[in-house]
Amino acid sequence: MTPKAAIRAEGERLLQAFVQAGALPVEADILQPAGTLLDLYGEDIRARAYVTDDPVRGEMMLRPDFTVPVVQAHMAHGAEPARYAYLGEVFRKQMRGSGRASEYLQVGYEVFDRMSPEAADAEVFALFRDLLAGLNLRPVTGDIGILMAAVRGLETSERRKAALLRHVWRPSRFKALLDRFAGRASVPAGRVALLERLKAGSPMALIEEAGTFVGLRSAEEIAARAEALVADAETPPIKATEAALLYDLLSLEAPAAHALSHLRGITPMLPAIGPAVDRFAARLEALAARGVDVATLAFEASHGRTALEYYDGFVFSFLADGMPPVASGGRYDALTAVLGAGAFIPAVGGVIRPGLVARLKGAVA
Amino acid sequence: MIRVGVPSKGRLMQDCFDWFGARGVVMRRAGSDREYSGVVEGVEGVVPVLLSAGEIPRELAAGRIHLGVTGSDLVREQLGEDEVAEVTKLGFGHADLVIAVPNVWIDVETVDDLDAAAAGFRKAHGHRLRIATKYHRLVRDFLQAQGVADYQLVDSQGATEGTVLNGTAEAIADITSSGETLRANHLRILSDGLIHSSQAVLWASRMAEWSGEDLAAYAGLAAKLGVSARPF
Repeated sequence: MTPKAAIRAEGERLLQAFVQAGALPVEADILQPAGTLLDLYGEDIRARAYVTDDPVRGEMMLRPDFTVPVVQAHMAHGAEPARYAYLGEVFRKQMRGSGRASEYLQVGYEVFDRMSPEAADAEVFALFRDLLAGLNLRPVTGDIGILMAAVRGLETSERRKAALLRHVWRPSRFKALLDRFAGRASVPAGRVALLERLKAGSPMALIEEAGTFVGLRSAEEIAARAEALVADAETPPIKATEAALLYDLLSLEAPAAHALSHLRGITPMLPAIGPAVDRFAARLEALAARGVDVATLAFEASHGRTALEYYDGFVFSFLADGMPPVASGGRYDALTAVLGAGAFIPAVGGVIRPGLVARLKGAVA
Repeated sequence: MIRVGVPSKGRLMQDCFDWFGARGVVMRRAGSDREYSGVVEGVEGVVPVLLSAGEIPRELAAGRIHLGVTGSDLVREQLGEDEVAEVTKLGFGHADLVIAVPNVWIDVETVDDLDAAAAGFRKAHGHRLRIATKYHRLVRDFLQAQGVADYQLVDSQGATEGTVLNGTAEAIADITSSGETLRANHLRILSDGLIHSSQAVLWASRMAEWSGEDLAAYAGLAAKLGVSARPF
Protein backbone atom coordinates (compact mmCIF):
# COMPACT_ATOMS: atom_id res chain seq x y z
CA MET A 1 0.00 0.00 0.00
CA THR A 2 1.23 3.52 -0.74
CA PRO A 3 1.55 5.77 2.31
CA LYS A 4 -1.53 7.72 1.20
CA ALA A 5 -3.59 4.54 0.86
CA ALA A 6 -2.38 3.30 4.25
CA ILE A 7 -3.38 6.61 5.84
CA ARG A 8 -6.81 6.52 4.18
CA ALA A 9 -7.30 2.95 5.39
CA GLU A 10 -6.51 4.10 8.94
CA GLY A 11 -8.98 6.97 8.48
CA GLU A 12 -11.68 4.57 7.24
CA ARG A 13 -11.12 2.34 10.25
CA LEU A 14 -11.57 5.32 12.62
CA LEU A 15 -14.61 6.56 10.68
CA GLN A 16 -16.23 3.12 10.99
CA ALA A 17 -15.56 3.17 14.74
CA PHE A 18 -17.30 6.56 14.99
CA VAL A 19 -20.24 5.22 12.99
CA GLN A 20 -20.47 2.21 15.30
CA ALA A 21 -20.53 4.64 18.23
CA GLY A 22 -23.76 5.99 16.74
CA ALA A 23 -22.61 8.75 14.41
CA LEU A 24 -24.18 9.60 11.07
CA PRO A 25 -21.46 9.90 8.39
CA VAL A 26 -21.55 13.33 6.70
CA GLU A 27 -19.66 15.08 3.92
CA ALA A 28 -18.60 18.71 3.55
CA ASP A 29 -17.50 20.77 0.55
CA ILE A 30 -13.79 21.38 0.13
CA LEU A 31 -14.42 24.90 -1.14
CA GLN A 32 -15.90 26.91 1.72
CA PRO A 33 -17.08 30.54 1.50
CA ALA A 34 -14.27 32.65 2.93
CA GLY A 35 -16.61 35.21 4.49
CA THR A 36 -17.95 32.92 7.22
CA LEU A 37 -14.49 31.74 8.22
CA LEU A 38 -13.08 35.29 8.18
CA ASP A 39 -15.93 36.60 10.32
CA LEU A 40 -15.33 33.78 12.77
CA TYR A 41 -11.55 33.70 13.01
CA GLY A 42 -10.59 37.15 11.74
CA GLU A 43 -7.80 38.04 9.40
CA ASP A 44 -5.38 35.67 11.17
CA ILE A 45 -6.88 32.74 9.27
CA ARG A 46 -5.50 34.06 5.98
CA ALA A 47 -2.05 33.12 7.23
CA ARG A 48 -3.26 29.52 7.77
CA ALA A 49 -5.89 28.80 5.13
CA TYR A 50 -5.58 28.72 1.35
CA VAL A 51 -7.65 31.46 -0.20
CA THR A 52 -8.84 31.30 -3.78
CA ASP A 53 -11.25 33.15 -6.02
CA ASP A 54 -14.32 31.85 -7.72
CA PRO A 55 -15.76 33.97 -10.52
CA VAL A 56 -19.32 33.34 -9.30
CA ARG A 57 -19.07 32.63 -5.57
CA GLY A 58 -16.33 35.12 -4.74
CA GLU A 59 -13.57 34.49 -2.24
CA MET A 60 -13.38 30.85 -1.17
CA MET A 61 -11.13 28.88 1.17
CA LEU A 62 -9.92 25.33 0.94
CA ARG A 63 -11.58 23.69 3.97
CA PRO A 64 -9.30 24.41 6.97
CA ASP A 65 -11.52 22.27 9.24
CA PHE A 66 -14.84 20.43 9.27
CA THR A 67 -16.39 21.90 12.38
CA VAL A 68 -17.83 24.99 10.71
CA PRO A 69 -19.58 23.20 7.79
CA VAL A 70 -20.79 20.38 10.06
CA VAL A 71 -22.25 22.87 12.57
CA GLN A 72 -23.86 24.86 9.75
CA ALA A 73 -25.46 21.73 8.31
CA HIS A 74 -26.75 20.68 11.71
CA MET A 75 -28.11 24.13 12.54
CA ALA A 76 -29.87 24.28 9.16
CA HIS A 77 -31.59 20.88 9.20
CA GLY A 78 -30.31 18.56 11.90
CA ALA A 79 -32.41 16.45 14.24
CA GLU A 80 -31.68 16.39 17.97
CA PRO A 81 -29.73 14.90 19.56
CA ALA A 82 -27.26 14.19 16.79
CA ARG A 83 -23.88 12.53 16.34
CA TYR A 84 -21.89 13.07 13.16
CA ALA A 85 -18.69 11.57 11.76
CA TYR A 86 -16.62 12.65 8.77
CA LEU A 87 -13.38 11.86 7.00
CA GLY A 88 -11.59 14.09 4.53
CA GLU A 89 -8.71 16.37 3.72
CA VAL A 90 -8.10 19.68 5.41
CA PHE A 91 -5.67 22.28 4.13
CA ARG A 92 -3.41 24.49 6.25
CA LYS A 93 -0.49 26.65 5.21
CA GLN A 94 2.58 25.83 7.27
CA MET A 95 5.58 27.89 8.30
CA ARG A 96 8.60 27.70 6.03
CA GLY A 97 10.92 24.89 7.01
CA SER A 98 8.48 23.41 9.54
CA GLY A 99 8.25 20.20 7.55
CA ARG A 100 4.57 19.92 8.52
CA ALA A 101 1.97 18.69 6.07
CA SER A 102 -0.19 21.35 4.42
CA GLU A 103 -2.80 18.80 3.27
CA TYR A 104 -3.85 15.91 5.48
CA LEU A 105 -6.79 13.73 6.42
CA GLN A 106 -8.90 14.46 9.46
CA VAL A 107 -11.47 12.07 10.88
CA GLY A 108 -13.89 13.60 13.33
CA TYR A 109 -16.80 12.99 15.66
CA GLU A 110 -19.23 15.69 16.83
CA VAL A 111 -22.04 15.42 19.39
CA PHE A 112 -24.97 17.87 19.52
CA ASP A 113 -26.88 17.07 22.70
CA ARG A 114 -28.50 19.40 25.22
CA MET A 115 -29.44 16.74 27.78
CA SER A 116 -26.15 16.23 29.59
CA PRO A 117 -23.14 18.17 28.29
CA GLU A 118 -20.74 16.64 30.83
CA ALA A 119 -21.75 13.11 29.82
CA ALA A 120 -21.21 14.08 26.17
CA ASP A 121 -17.75 15.49 27.00
CA ALA A 122 -16.82 12.20 28.67
CA GLU A 123 -18.30 10.16 25.80
CA VAL A 124 -16.10 11.92 23.23
CA PHE A 125 -12.95 11.78 25.34
CA ALA A 126 -13.39 8.09 26.24
CA LEU A 127 -14.13 7.15 22.64
CA PHE A 128 -10.94 8.87 21.47
CA ARG A 129 -8.95 7.25 24.29
CA ASP A 130 -10.19 3.78 23.27
CA LEU A 131 -9.45 4.32 19.57
CA LEU A 132 -5.96 5.62 20.30
CA ALA A 133 -5.13 3.00 22.95
CA GLY A 134 -1.71 1.40 22.60
CA LEU A 135 -0.13 4.40 20.86
CA ASN A 136 1.35 5.64 24.12
CA LEU A 137 -0.15 9.12 23.77
CA ARG A 138 -0.23 11.74 26.50
CA PRO A 139 -3.76 13.11 27.08
CA VAL A 140 -4.08 16.71 28.30
CA THR A 141 -7.39 18.32 29.27
CA GLY A 142 -8.55 21.80 30.15
CA ASP A 143 -11.67 23.86 30.65
CA ILE A 144 -11.90 27.35 29.19
CA GLY A 145 -15.34 27.72 30.80
CA ILE A 146 -13.79 28.06 34.25
CA LEU A 147 -11.54 30.90 33.08
CA MET A 148 -14.45 32.66 31.37
CA ALA A 149 -16.60 32.31 34.51
CA ALA A 150 -13.79 33.77 36.60
CA VAL A 151 -13.58 36.81 34.30
CA ARG A 152 -17.35 37.30 34.35
CA GLY A 153 -17.26 37.24 38.14
CA LEU A 154 -14.60 39.93 38.55
CA GLU A 155 -15.60 42.98 40.55
CA THR A 156 -14.90 45.47 37.80
CA SER A 157 -16.66 47.30 34.99
CA GLU A 158 -18.60 45.40 32.32
CA ARG A 159 -16.39 47.08 29.75
CA ARG A 160 -13.24 45.57 31.25
CA LYS A 161 -14.83 42.14 31.50
CA ALA A 162 -15.91 42.31 27.87
CA ALA A 163 -12.39 43.31 26.83
CA LEU A 164 -10.90 40.33 28.69
CA LEU A 165 -13.48 37.87 27.35
CA ARG A 166 -12.91 39.08 23.80
CA HIS A 167 -9.23 38.13 24.11
CA VAL A 168 -9.53 34.83 26.01
CA TRP A 169 -8.06 33.05 22.96
CA ARG A 170 -5.14 35.50 22.63
CA PRO A 171 -3.17 34.78 25.81
CA SER A 172 -0.58 37.55 25.48
CA ARG A 173 -3.18 40.25 24.80
CA PHE A 174 -5.34 38.89 27.62
CA LYS A 175 -2.40 39.04 30.03
CA ALA A 176 -1.48 42.59 28.98
CA LEU A 177 -5.07 43.73 29.62
CA LEU A 178 -5.27 41.92 32.94
CA ASP A 179 -1.93 43.42 34.03
CA ARG A 180 -3.26 46.87 33.24
CA PHE A 181 -6.69 46.38 34.84
CA ALA A 182 -5.03 44.92 37.94
CA GLY A 183 -2.64 47.86 38.22
CA ARG A 184 0.38 45.58 37.72
CA ALA A 185 1.44 47.34 34.53
CA SER A 186 1.78 51.10 34.36
CA VAL A 187 -0.50 52.98 32.00
CA PRO A 188 1.36 53.42 28.66
CA ALA A 189 2.79 56.91 28.08
CA GLY A 190 0.61 57.40 25.00
CA ARG A 191 -2.51 56.69 27.04
CA VAL A 192 -1.55 59.17 29.77
CA ALA A 193 -1.13 61.96 27.20
CA LEU A 194 -4.37 60.91 25.50
CA LEU A 195 -6.32 61.05 28.77
CA GLU A 196 -4.98 64.51 29.50
CA ARG A 197 -6.11 65.71 26.11
CA LEU A 198 -9.53 64.12 26.52
CA LYS A 199 -9.99 65.82 29.88
CA ALA A 200 -9.14 69.18 28.32
CA GLY A 201 -12.41 69.52 26.47
CA SER A 202 -15.61 67.87 25.37
CA PRO A 203 -15.05 65.03 22.90
CA MET A 204 -17.15 66.75 20.24
CA ALA A 205 -15.10 69.94 20.56
CA LEU A 206 -11.85 67.94 20.29
CA ILE A 207 -13.12 66.14 17.19
CA GLU A 208 -14.04 69.49 15.70
CA GLU A 209 -10.53 70.83 16.39
CA ALA A 210 -8.90 67.76 14.81
CA GLY A 211 -9.82 68.98 11.36
CA THR A 212 -11.61 67.48 8.39
CA PHE A 213 -13.81 64.53 9.31
CA VAL A 214 -13.02 61.43 7.28
CA GLY A 215 -14.08 57.80 7.59
CA LEU A 216 -17.12 55.72 8.40
CA ARG A 217 -16.56 55.66 12.16
CA SER A 218 -18.96 58.36 13.35
CA ALA A 219 -18.27 61.28 15.68
CA GLU A 220 -20.76 59.72 18.13
CA GLU A 221 -18.80 56.45 18.21
CA ILE A 222 -15.53 58.33 18.72
CA ALA A 223 -17.01 60.48 21.48
CA ALA A 224 -18.55 57.47 23.21
CA ARG A 225 -15.23 55.65 23.38
CA ALA A 226 -13.43 58.83 24.52
CA GLU A 227 -15.90 59.13 27.38
CA ALA A 228 -15.50 55.45 28.20
CA LEU A 229 -11.70 55.88 28.34
CA VAL A 230 -12.02 58.69 30.84
CA ALA A 231 -14.47 56.64 32.90
CA ASP A 232 -12.14 53.62 32.72
CA ALA A 233 -9.22 55.70 34.01
CA GLU A 234 -11.30 56.42 37.09
CA THR A 235 -12.25 52.76 37.58
CA PRO A 236 -10.24 51.35 40.50
CA PRO A 237 -7.91 48.44 39.71
CA ILE A 238 -9.17 44.89 40.10
CA LYS A 239 -8.56 43.99 43.75
CA ALA A 240 -5.18 42.40 44.36
CA THR A 241 -6.68 39.31 45.98
CA GLU A 242 -9.09 38.78 43.08
CA ALA A 243 -6.37 39.36 40.49
CA ALA A 244 -4.06 36.92 42.28
CA LEU A 245 -6.75 34.22 42.01
CA LEU A 246 -7.07 34.83 38.29
CA TYR A 247 -3.30 34.67 37.71
CA ASP A 248 -3.25 31.48 39.75
CA LEU A 249 -6.03 30.04 37.62
CA LEU A 250 -4.24 30.91 34.35
CA SER A 251 -1.20 28.89 35.38
CA LEU A 252 -3.03 26.01 37.08
CA GLU A 253 -1.59 22.68 35.89
CA ALA A 254 -2.27 19.58 37.94
CA PRO A 255 -3.80 16.11 37.74
CA ALA A 256 -7.54 16.62 37.22
CA ALA A 257 -8.71 15.37 40.64
CA HIS A 258 -6.15 17.58 42.36
CA ALA A 259 -7.12 20.56 40.18
CA LEU A 260 -10.74 20.06 41.24
CA SER A 261 -9.94 20.20 44.95
CA HIS A 262 -7.78 23.29 44.32
CA LEU A 263 -10.66 24.97 42.45
CA ARG A 264 -13.11 23.98 45.24
CA GLY A 265 -10.68 25.64 47.62
CA ILE A 266 -10.69 28.98 45.81
CA THR A 267 -14.41 29.02 44.92
CA PRO A 268 -15.42 30.77 48.21
CA MET A 269 -13.13 33.65 47.23
CA LEU A 270 -14.33 33.67 43.60
CA PRO A 271 -17.96 32.49 43.91
CA ALA A 272 -18.70 33.17 40.22
CA ILE A 273 -16.71 30.09 39.20
CA GLY A 274 -18.93 27.85 41.34
CA PRO A 275 -21.26 26.60 38.57
CA ALA A 276 -18.31 26.04 36.19
CA VAL A 277 -16.44 24.10 38.88
CA ASP A 278 -19.59 22.01 39.48
CA ARG A 279 -19.64 21.19 35.76
CA PHE A 280 -15.96 20.27 35.94
CA ALA A 281 -16.74 17.94 38.87
CA ALA A 282 -19.65 16.37 36.99
CA ARG A 283 -17.38 15.81 33.97
CA LEU A 284 -14.73 14.11 36.11
CA GLU A 285 -17.42 11.82 37.52
CA ALA A 286 -18.62 10.99 34.02
CA LEU A 287 -15.02 10.37 32.93
CA ALA A 288 -14.36 8.14 35.96
CA ALA A 289 -17.53 6.17 35.15
CA ARG A 290 -15.98 5.47 31.74
CA GLY A 291 -12.81 4.20 33.35
CA VAL A 292 -10.65 7.32 32.99
CA ASP A 293 -8.24 7.68 35.92
CA VAL A 294 -8.89 11.29 36.93
CA ALA A 295 -6.24 11.06 39.67
CA THR A 296 -3.56 11.07 36.95
CA LEU A 297 -5.32 12.75 33.98
CA ALA A 298 -3.41 15.96 33.15
CA PHE A 299 -5.40 19.21 33.50
CA GLU A 300 -4.17 22.64 32.40
CA ALA A 301 -6.54 25.58 32.89
CA SER A 302 -5.02 27.42 29.88
CA HIS A 303 -5.05 24.41 27.54
CA GLY A 304 -6.63 25.21 24.17
CA ARG A 305 -6.23 28.97 24.49
CA THR A 306 -4.71 29.54 21.08
CA ALA A 307 -5.79 31.71 18.21
CA LEU A 308 -8.03 30.12 15.55
CA GLU A 309 -9.91 28.13 18.18
CA TYR A 310 -13.46 28.48 19.34
CA TYR A 311 -13.63 26.17 22.36
CA ASP A 312 -15.41 27.62 25.36
CA GLY A 313 -15.57 24.69 27.77
CA PHE A 314 -13.93 21.27 27.98
CA VAL A 315 -10.84 20.89 25.77
CA PHE A 316 -8.52 17.94 25.22
CA SER A 317 -5.53 16.80 23.18
CA PHE A 318 -3.71 13.52 22.72
CA LEU A 319 -0.02 14.27 22.27
CA ALA A 320 3.10 12.45 21.12
CA ASP A 321 6.62 13.85 21.15
CA GLY A 322 7.92 15.42 17.96
CA MET A 323 4.63 15.76 16.09
CA PRO A 324 1.53 17.97 16.08
CA PRO A 325 -1.36 16.82 18.33
CA VAL A 326 -2.54 13.40 17.14
CA ALA A 327 -6.06 14.23 18.27
CA SER A 328 -7.76 17.28 19.75
CA GLY A 329 -11.20 18.57 20.48
CA GLY A 330 -13.49 20.35 22.83
CA ARG A 331 -16.79 22.00 23.53
CA TYR A 332 -17.94 24.91 21.34
CA ASP A 333 -21.41 25.92 22.51
CA ALA A 334 -20.95 29.59 21.54
CA LEU A 335 -20.01 28.67 17.96
CA THR A 336 -23.39 27.00 17.40
CA ALA A 337 -25.09 30.23 18.50
CA VAL A 338 -22.94 32.32 16.12
CA LEU A 339 -23.57 30.02 13.14
CA GLY A 340 -27.14 29.18 14.12
CA ALA A 341 -28.62 32.65 13.54
CA GLY A 342 -30.27 32.73 16.94
CA ALA A 343 -30.58 28.99 17.49
CA PHE A 344 -28.19 27.33 19.91
CA ILE A 345 -27.26 23.82 20.98
CA PRO A 346 -24.46 22.57 23.22
CA ALA A 347 -21.86 20.77 21.10
CA VAL A 348 -18.64 18.88 21.66
CA GLY A 349 -16.38 16.99 19.30
CA GLY A 350 -12.90 16.30 18.15
CA VAL A 351 -10.65 15.17 15.32
CA ILE A 352 -7.94 12.56 14.86
CA ARG A 353 -5.20 12.75 12.22
CA PRO A 354 -5.02 9.29 10.65
CA GLY A 355 -1.64 10.13 9.09
CA LEU A 356 -0.06 10.53 12.51
CA VAL A 357 -1.78 7.39 13.82
CA ALA A 358 -0.43 5.42 10.85
CA ARG A 359 3.04 6.81 11.47
CA LEU A 360 2.92 5.85 15.16
CA LYS A 361 1.82 2.34 14.18
CA GLY A 362 4.77 2.09 11.80
CA ALA A 363 2.45 1.73 8.81
CA VAL A 364 4.02 4.76 7.10
CA ALA A 365 7.35 6.51 7.57
CA MET B 1 29.80 35.54 -13.46
CA ILE B 2 27.71 36.83 -10.56
CA ARG B 3 24.68 38.82 -11.53
CA VAL B 4 23.83 41.84 -9.38
CA GLY B 5 20.29 43.19 -9.69
CA VAL B 6 20.24 46.98 -9.35
CA PRO B 7 17.34 49.43 -9.73
CA SER B 8 17.09 50.55 -13.32
CA LYS B 9 16.09 54.15 -12.87
CA GLY B 10 15.61 57.22 -10.76
CA ARG B 11 16.94 58.26 -7.41
CA LEU B 12 17.29 54.69 -6.21
CA MET B 13 19.54 53.79 -9.18
CA GLN B 14 21.71 56.85 -8.64
CA ASP B 15 22.04 56.27 -4.88
CA CYS B 16 22.90 52.66 -5.57
CA PHE B 17 25.57 53.52 -8.17
CA ASP B 18 26.98 56.14 -5.77
CA TRP B 19 27.15 53.60 -2.93
CA PHE B 20 29.06 51.06 -5.02
CA GLY B 21 31.19 53.84 -6.59
CA ALA B 22 32.29 55.14 -3.19
CA ARG B 23 33.71 51.64 -2.59
CA GLY B 24 35.64 51.46 -5.84
CA VAL B 25 33.03 49.51 -7.80
CA VAL B 26 31.95 51.77 -10.64
CA MET B 27 28.61 50.85 -12.20
CA ARG B 28 26.91 52.61 -15.05
CA ARG B 29 24.35 51.98 -17.73
CA ALA B 30 25.78 50.76 -20.98
CA GLY B 31 25.18 52.76 -24.13
CA SER B 32 22.21 55.08 -24.19
CA ASP B 33 19.94 56.08 -21.34
CA ARG B 34 17.24 53.89 -22.80
CA GLU B 35 19.24 50.67 -22.78
CA TYR B 36 18.71 48.46 -19.73
CA SER B 37 22.13 46.89 -19.48
CA GLY B 38 25.01 47.89 -17.30
CA VAL B 39 28.77 47.64 -17.02
CA VAL B 40 31.00 47.54 -13.99
CA GLU B 41 34.62 48.55 -13.48
CA GLY B 42 36.97 47.90 -10.62
CA VAL B 43 36.03 44.29 -9.92
CA GLU B 44 36.18 41.01 -11.87
CA GLY B 45 33.44 38.50 -12.55
CA VAL B 46 30.48 40.75 -11.72
CA VAL B 47 27.76 41.93 -14.08
CA PRO B 48 25.04 44.43 -13.19
CA VAL B 49 21.49 43.57 -14.22
CA LEU B 50 19.19 46.59 -14.39
CA LEU B 51 15.72 45.76 -13.10
CA SER B 52 12.68 47.53 -11.73
CA ALA B 53 13.15 47.64 -7.93
CA GLY B 54 9.84 45.85 -7.49
CA GLU B 55 11.02 42.89 -9.58
CA ILE B 56 14.27 42.35 -7.71
CA PRO B 57 12.72 40.25 -4.87
CA ARG B 58 11.18 37.87 -7.42
CA GLU B 59 14.47 37.53 -9.31
CA LEU B 60 16.32 36.82 -6.05
CA ALA B 61 13.76 34.16 -5.09
CA ALA B 62 14.05 32.54 -8.52
CA GLY B 63 17.84 32.54 -8.25
CA ARG B 64 18.21 34.36 -11.57
CA ILE B 65 20.40 36.98 -9.87
CA HIS B 66 23.00 36.26 -7.18
CA LEU B 67 22.79 39.64 -5.50
CA GLY B 68 20.21 42.39 -5.58
CA VAL B 69 19.56 45.85 -4.19
CA THR B 70 16.01 46.60 -3.10
CA GLY B 71 13.99 47.84 -0.14
CA SER B 72 13.77 45.64 2.94
CA ASP B 73 9.99 46.24 2.95
CA LEU B 74 9.51 44.43 -0.36
CA VAL B 75 11.78 41.52 0.60
CA ARG B 76 10.24 41.04 4.05
CA GLU B 77 6.76 41.15 2.50
CA GLN B 78 7.49 38.67 -0.27
CA LEU B 79 10.37 36.40 0.74
CA GLY B 80 11.50 34.13 3.55
CA GLU B 81 14.86 33.84 5.27
CA ASP B 82 15.54 30.57 3.49
CA GLU B 83 15.47 32.44 0.16
CA VAL B 84 17.68 35.48 0.78
CA ALA B 85 20.34 36.67 3.20
CA GLU B 86 21.01 40.29 4.07
CA VAL B 87 24.55 41.24 3.01
CA THR B 88 24.51 44.84 4.21
CA LYS B 89 22.22 47.80 4.68
CA LEU B 90 23.00 50.61 2.27
CA GLY B 91 21.82 53.58 4.32
CA PHE B 92 19.52 55.17 1.74
CA GLY B 93 15.95 54.74 0.55
CA HIS B 94 14.63 55.13 4.08
CA ALA B 95 10.86 54.77 4.50
CA ASP B 96 8.62 53.52 7.28
CA LEU B 97 5.68 51.16 7.01
CA VAL B 98 3.18 52.60 9.49
CA ILE B 99 -0.44 52.32 10.57
CA ALA B 100 -2.40 55.55 10.30
CA VAL B 101 -5.93 56.43 11.37
CA PRO B 102 -8.13 59.50 10.82
CA ASN B 103 -6.85 62.46 12.81
CA VAL B 104 -10.39 62.95 14.15
CA TRP B 105 -10.12 59.66 16.04
CA ILE B 106 -9.21 61.53 19.20
CA ASP B 107 -9.65 58.34 21.23
CA VAL B 108 -7.06 56.33 19.27
CA GLU B 109 -3.36 56.84 19.99
CA THR B 110 -1.90 53.32 20.07
CA VAL B 111 -2.40 49.86 18.54
CA ASP B 112 -4.18 48.94 21.76
CA ASP B 113 -6.73 51.71 21.08
CA LEU B 114 -7.09 50.54 17.49
CA ASP B 115 -8.00 47.06 18.73
CA ALA B 116 -10.64 48.47 21.08
CA ALA B 117 -12.00 50.78 18.37
CA ALA B 118 -12.22 47.79 16.01
CA ALA B 119 -14.38 45.90 18.52
CA GLY B 120 -16.76 48.85 18.81
CA PHE B 121 -16.75 49.48 15.07
CA ARG B 122 -17.72 45.90 14.26
CA LYS B 123 -20.58 46.04 16.75
CA ALA B 124 -21.87 49.34 15.31
CA HIS B 125 -21.39 48.63 11.60
CA GLY B 126 -21.69 44.85 11.34
CA HIS B 127 -18.38 44.38 9.56
CA ARG B 128 -14.77 44.33 10.59
CA LEU B 129 -12.73 47.55 10.59
CA ARG B 130 -11.02 47.83 7.20
CA ILE B 131 -7.30 48.60 6.91
CA ALA B 132 -6.10 49.35 3.37
CA THR B 133 -2.60 48.18 2.46
CA LYS B 134 -0.47 46.40 -0.09
CA TYR B 135 1.78 44.92 2.62
CA HIS B 136 -0.59 42.15 3.65
CA ARG B 137 1.93 39.81 5.24
CA LEU B 138 3.87 42.43 7.23
CA VAL B 139 0.71 44.11 8.51
CA ARG B 140 -1.06 40.87 9.42
CA ASP B 141 2.01 39.48 11.22
CA PHE B 142 2.35 42.76 13.14
CA LEU B 143 -1.31 42.88 14.19
CA GLN B 144 -1.42 39.17 15.00
CA ALA B 145 1.66 39.47 17.23
CA GLN B 146 -0.07 42.34 19.04
CA GLY B 147 -3.29 40.35 19.41
CA VAL B 148 -5.48 42.76 17.45
CA ALA B 149 -8.89 41.39 16.43
CA ASP B 150 -11.94 42.47 14.44
CA TYR B 151 -10.06 44.08 11.55
CA GLN B 152 -9.79 43.13 7.89
CA LEU B 153 -7.16 43.98 5.33
CA VAL B 154 -8.37 45.42 2.05
CA ASP B 155 -5.98 45.47 -0.86
CA SER B 156 -4.77 48.83 -2.09
CA GLN B 157 -1.98 48.94 -4.66
CA GLY B 158 -1.78 52.72 -4.89
CA ALA B 159 -3.11 56.02 -3.51
CA THR B 160 -3.69 54.15 -0.26
CA GLU B 161 -3.81 57.40 1.73
CA GLY B 162 -7.01 58.32 -0.10
CA THR B 163 -8.96 55.19 0.78
CA VAL B 164 -10.29 56.58 4.08
CA LEU B 165 -11.47 59.79 2.45
CA ASN B 166 -13.07 57.72 -0.31
CA GLY B 167 -14.86 55.47 2.16
CA THR B 168 -13.23 52.18 1.21
CA ALA B 169 -11.25 51.78 4.45
CA GLU B 170 -11.26 53.05 8.04
CA ALA B 171 -7.46 53.05 8.47
CA ILE B 172 -4.37 52.38 6.37
CA ALA B 173 -0.95 50.76 6.59
CA ASP B 174 1.48 52.25 4.11
CA ILE B 175 5.03 53.40 3.44
CA THR B 176 5.79 56.99 4.33
CA SER B 177 9.00 58.98 4.49
CA SER B 178 7.85 62.38 5.68
CA GLY B 179 4.20 61.79 6.63
CA GLU B 180 3.22 64.74 4.44
CA THR B 181 0.74 62.80 2.27
CA LEU B 182 -0.81 61.24 5.38
CA ARG B 183 -1.42 64.65 6.93
CA ALA B 184 -2.82 65.99 3.67
CA ASN B 185 -5.36 63.17 3.76
CA HIS B 186 -6.30 63.91 7.40
CA LEU B 187 -4.54 60.83 8.78
CA ARG B 188 -2.24 60.40 11.77
CA ILE B 189 0.34 57.69 12.54
CA LEU B 190 -0.29 55.62 15.69
CA SER B 191 2.40 56.34 18.29
CA ASP B 192 3.43 52.66 18.31
CA GLY B 193 2.30 52.01 14.75
CA LEU B 194 5.72 51.48 13.15
CA ILE B 195 5.55 48.07 11.47
CA HIS B 196 8.83 48.10 9.58
CA SER B 197 11.60 50.62 9.10
CA SER B 198 12.67 50.07 5.53
CA GLN B 199 15.84 50.99 3.65
CA ALA B 200 17.78 49.80 0.63
CA VAL B 201 19.63 46.55 1.36
CA LEU B 202 22.06 44.43 -0.64
CA TRP B 203 20.65 40.87 -0.59
CA ALA B 204 22.25 37.55 -1.52
CA SER B 205 20.04 34.90 -3.07
CA ARG B 206 20.22 31.48 -1.44
CA MET B 207 18.36 30.10 -4.46
CA ALA B 208 21.01 31.08 -7.05
CA GLU B 209 23.72 28.65 -8.07
CA TRP B 210 27.00 29.73 -6.56
CA SER B 211 29.89 28.04 -8.42
CA GLY B 212 33.46 28.09 -7.09
CA GLU B 213 34.17 30.82 -9.59
CA ASP B 214 31.15 32.84 -8.42
CA LEU B 215 32.26 32.57 -4.80
CA ALA B 216 35.75 33.74 -5.75
CA ALA B 217 34.26 36.70 -7.63
CA TYR B 218 32.05 37.42 -4.65
CA ALA B 219 35.05 37.43 -2.30
CA GLY B 220 36.73 40.01 -4.56
CA LEU B 221 33.61 42.18 -4.54
CA ALA B 222 33.13 41.71 -0.79
CA ALA B 223 36.68 42.93 -0.11
CA LYS B 224 35.88 46.20 -1.91
CA LEU B 225 32.50 46.57 -0.19
CA GLY B 226 33.89 45.75 3.25
CA VAL B 227 31.48 42.87 3.91
CA SER B 228 32.01 39.23 4.88
CA ALA B 229 33.86 37.18 2.22
CA ARG B 230 30.98 34.67 1.86
CA PRO B 231 27.48 35.67 0.71
CA PHE B 232 25.74 33.81 3.61
